[in-house]
Amino acid sequence: MFSKDKWSEVIEALTSNVFRTILTAFGVFWGIFILCILLAAGKGLENGVKKGFAGISANSMFMWTMPTTKPYDGLPKGRRYNFKIDDVAAIKSEVDGLKYISPRNQLGGFRGTNNVTHGLKSGAYNVYGDYPEIIKQEPTDIIEGRFINYNDIDQARKVAVIGEGVKKELFEVGEPVLGSYIKVQGVNFMIIGIYKRKSSPDGNIEEAQKNIFVPFTAFSRAFNFGNIVGWMAITAEDDKSVTALKSSIFDVVKSRHRISPDDNNAIGNFDLYEQFKKISGLFTALNFVAYFIGVLILFSGVIGISNIMLIVVKERTKEIGIRRALGATPWQIRGQILFEAVFLTIISGMAGISFATLVLFGINKALEFAPSQDSMFINPSVDFVTVLIALVILIFAGLLAGFIPAQNAIRVKPVEALRTE
Amino acid sequence: MIEIKDLHKSYKVGKNSLHVLKGINFSVKEGELVSIMGSSGSGKSTLLNILGMLDEAEKGTYHLDGVEIKNLSEKIAANYRNKFLGFIFQSFNLINYKNALDNVALPLYYQNVKRKERTEIAMSYLEKVGLAQWAKHLPTELSGGQKQRVAIARALAGQPKVILADELTGALDSTTSYEIMELIQEINDEGKTILVVTHEDDIAHMTKRIVNLRDGIIIDDRKVDQVKAKAHV
Repeated sequence: MFSKDKWSEVIEALTSNVFRTILTAFGVFWGIFILCILLAAGKGLENGVKKGFAGISANSMFMWTMPTTKPYDGLPKGRRYNFKIDDVAAIKSEVDGLKYISPRNQLGGFRGTNNVTHGLKSGAYNVYGDYPEIIKQEPTDIIEGRFINYNDIDQARKVAVIGEGVKKELFEVGEPVLGSYIKVQGVNFMIIGIYKRKSSPDGNIEEAQKNIFVPFTAFSRAFNFGNIVGWMAITAEDDKSVTALKSSIFDVVKSRHRISPDDNNAIGNFDLYEQFKKISGLFTALNFVAYFIGVLILFSGVIGISNIMLIVVKERTKEIGIRRALGATPWQIRGQILFEAVFLTIISGMAGISFATLVLFGINKALEFAPSQDSMFINPSVDFVTVLIALVILIFAGLLAGFIPAQNAIRVKPVEALRTE
Repeated sequence: MIEIKDLHKSYKVGKNSLHVLKGINFSVKEGELVSIMGSSGSGKSTLLNILGMLDEAEKGTYHLDGVEIKNLSEKIAANYRNKFLGFIFQSFNLINYKNALDNVALPLYYQNVKRKERTEIAMSYLEKVGLAQWAKHLPTELSGGQKQRVAIARALAGQPKVILADELTGALDSTTSYEIMELIQEINDEGKTILVVTHEDDIAHMTKRIVNLRDGIIIDDRKVDQVKAKAHV
């Protein structure tokens, strides 16, 4: 099928009118070019947006308490309650498929009063009481020292891991940080580690560097939280979705805190997985739109090829007649026309893909030198699978483009074809 | 070689049907050089097309080299044309974007002969018609007589049983016509069966037998003393 003869036949036929061939090929070239660029643009936007999620276990949710909204078990509605540290163990034992449950407490924060001091400097920071697992749920790079561990928890050591931002604001350049103390609401904590965040779900990377983590137990004692848990970060196992496990977690909490089983407003939650899925869905839709538009444009290119092939067949009616008189079978004629169409489509498509790749390369180079780190558009690219899909579309499109002309080519009887002048 | 019995053919022209061949009986033996004569509309081209399997008869039988030609699928017809027949046309019918050599090699291409072998065979036939040095030229660069020689080489290349020539000198001046006929006679002398359709008397007399067609029937079929074309050149 793909003998040298066939190739030379096709090359001869296509080069017999080079300008027309190029013009014809341009339709498909343009179509596949736009398809690639659209897909790459979608990918770039996706990369940009998903950068914020990078490293965060998306299969997570956060929950906190809210006033009850239904009277239950002799208790009125509007009652306030707190999660207790025992809840964590209870949830762990009663709900299967959870990877981490991190109880958290929090002090101060953005726009709060200055609550942390070091020497003469002070600042307002989020101070979290945390378990060691939190570092796996909100991946954080420790650039110096270490993170909180279970010895810290068990012994309620007053140690702290501070962000790079905190270090910058509270310490002089060159001043030793590890081993020195900061005062959080009057209580001294020894700094054991410095972290740096690369991403933040809310996109505010600057603010994400200004947190202080201390052991949960030390936090509770130092700031008189008793056994209260402010909120929890819960991550499900990889093969389960946290969204599906949510209601059984709530049930455990409800029964332990005498909340009506029907009271869905008593527990506030933020489901990261659901949000993540929504964003993923958005990009799936975007991808679909890119394919849709790209394929439609490609289709008009294909119609162009089909159109030209029809003219070519018409022009070559006599040649086809000669070939048939000399012994070409209908399938040989049909095959040649189809082969020409597919060949033309693939060559022009490949040129389109190459050109798109070149343009994307240029864009990527330009983006590399772009000053903004928070760009919503990162590394627009087309992956290999997409190129393969495009190739399959091209072959299919070529066959489609050649089919009608090929059918036309053999419909004319040899004797009539020969009579054509 | 060719055996035809009671052949009929009519064409539909609008509502009317035009009866072109009205019962042709006719046979050709191996090695004959026959001309079919007749004015335009006599049905001679139709007869040739049926003989060439480019068209099909309505009634009657047609045997070619002992094989009955009937109800052929396009594929088999193509196969038979390729194996049994060589065509020479009035308008040469060379493929314009192929050079002389490739044109001659085309029937061999459809016989699935390998490229190298094909080129060798085609070259030998081009030599035979005296155009070896024109092998790489496109048809547009050749004169009418040269084009017809290429066409003859092409007709020979597939080593057919019968060569069918439709007004092969129709587009040529008389000197060139005689040159071409000389070549045809030469080929016939080597034993090839050749059928020539013509309306020119002098051309017809250069064959060995003249079949006269009028209004779809054979009115005359006689052997003639062949005039050697060489004498006229």
